[in-house]
Amino acid sequence: MNDHDLRFAKRLVLLNSAVPAVVLGWDAWHHQLGANPVNFAILTTGMLALVFLLLTLLVTPLRVLSGWNWIIFSRRTLGLYAFFYAALHFLIFFSLDRGFSVASTVSEMVQRKYLLVGITGLLVMVPLAVTSTNAMIKRLGGKRWRALHRLAYVAAVAGVIHYYMQVKKDVRQPLAFAAVLAILLGYRWWATLRRPVPAGAGKAGGGL
Amino acid sequence: MQEPDKISQREITDPAVYFNRRQFLQTGILAASAVATGVVYHELNHPAAGVTKTVPLAGLTTTPTNADNGFHAAEPATSFQDITHYNNFYEFSTDKEGVAAAAAGFNTRGWQVSVEGLVRHPRVFSLAELLSLSPPEERIYRMRCVETWSMVIPWAGYSLSKLLDVVEPLEGARYVAFESLLDPQRMPGQRADVLNWPYVEGLRLDEAMHPLTLLASGIYGQALPPQDGAPLRLVVPWKYGFKGIKSIVKIKLVAEQPRTTWSEAGPNEYGFYANVNPHVDHPRWSQATEQRIGQSGRRPTLMFNGYEAQVGHLYAGLDLRANF
Ligand code: HEM
Repeated sequence: MNDHDLRFAKRLVLLNSAVPAVVLGWDAWHHQLGANPVNFAILTTGMLALVFLLLTLLVTPLRVLSGWNWIIFSRRTLGLYAFFYAALHFLIFFSLDRGFSVASTVSEMVQRKYLLVGITGLLVMVPLAVTSTNAMIKRLGGKRWRALHRLAYVAAVAGVIHYYMQVKKDVRQPLAFAAVLAILLGYRWWATLRRPVPAGAGKAGGGL
Repeated sequence: MQEPDKISQREITDPAVYFNRRQFLQTGILAASAVATGVVYHELNHPAAGVTKTVPLAGLTTTPTNADNGFHAAEPATSFQDITHYNNFYEFSTDKEGVAAAAAGFNTRGWQVSVEGLVRHPRVFSLAELLSLSPPEERIYRMRCVETWSMVIPWAGYSLSKLLDVVEPLEGARYVAFESLLDPQRMPGQRADVLNWPYVEGLRLDEAMHPLTLLASGIYGQALPPQDGAPLRLVVPWKYGFKGIKSIVKIKLVAEQPRTTWSEAGPNEYGFYANVNPHVDHPRWSQATEQRIGQSGRRPTLMFNGYEAQVGHLYAGLDLRANF
């Protein structure tokens, strides 16, 4: 894969990941979000945040198993989109559902335990987003950066638990997400068992 | 030094043209992929679409409006489209926006309702017989879902007490038990064990006899569409929506408090009474406010869904926190 193709692939990921947000905005503008538009937007962005978290965690196993080393380029973009959709998810809840009331948002969080789990997921993504630049990777050093970015696992686990807890009764879908996450995390566990990585080895991009 | 190959020299495309073409192609691929992603996204995630066919109800009458009986909420009614495309009916789908499509074409021909148990005149009614007991009246009720959204719905039907008067409850009857159709063929949601099928519900006899308690056969002057509980359902406007059992096939007068589907599914989350109460929260969320469908912002939830004047006396002395 040459530089040109890589840049093109980057654009492809960057653009397509934004499509759901654009369609959601377009539909909202045209009153096409159904009977309960605010809830629809909350559920949609929550689902997208979770899907992008899982896609982010899929990159490394896919890369190792397929040998397509170049796909690592997409991990940062996918991760940032996961953060973007989770932040949007929270902001829609805070603004349109809670009417910008901090008091109501906080009291609702205390009331609904699954919101505390959700905010944990969102908060651990903040340092990941902040340290996602090349300069930050250099500043932290690959080892520390990789250790920090294991928080992505925490975010994904929190996301799945949050999803499971808020479902009224039909838990089939959250369990399916939990199963996918278990496979993605299980792969990493299995990989470390098989081939312990010597301390300090590998570039920043290699670990996760 | 060898002479450069003249032919190949001529065939090399001018870099400017080459990159232009390449850029053009890439832009095309980008645009096409975005459209494809948009289509797939929309296919996987869209609100309910489609229009429900309606059949007018014959002989609709308007009940005398009287400010005190609660029969006509003085609030703008939710649109027919929203009422019929956003609701819970797990027998068809656990997706509120997927019920209408999943229920379309539900066949209610030959429908019968057995009214039995502790009554003087147990009897199996055909739907036509049941509907002919009393003309359908328009009742505009607030509907508050336990999930904190609400609507204002112009139902058509008559007070359940009219049916109970016909069959005459016996001395020992203290509760009314209701049962929905069990037929996984016609109700695909029943093929999964999300709830313990068939759906069952219950009321205390005095609740069932209250004039607000409605045996509904229509919405907006039209026969109940499949997704809203065709052909016959219960509406208890001061209770959370799940008490309003749909597609009823059995009504039984009993002595003991009957089991109810949701209170079995989540005993600490859903009670037998399920009266709308902003002061008693669901263990996982607050019940203090609600989202009125079709309006923006949340509004405070009213005690007994705003029917306290009509039904408050039924619960005098009852601990509403313990009996949620
Ligand atoms: C890692 C971060 C998060 C992820 C991955 C996430 C994901 C999800 C998912 C998948 C759903 C269910 C969507 C569906 O049923 O289709 C959901 C629902 C929801 N989330 Fe989050 N969420 C996150 C953080 C938050 C935060 C910080 C809040 C607000 C404090 C929040 C509030 C909600 C609410 C209110 C619902 C909808 C509940 C309902 O109305 O049924 N989430 N979220």
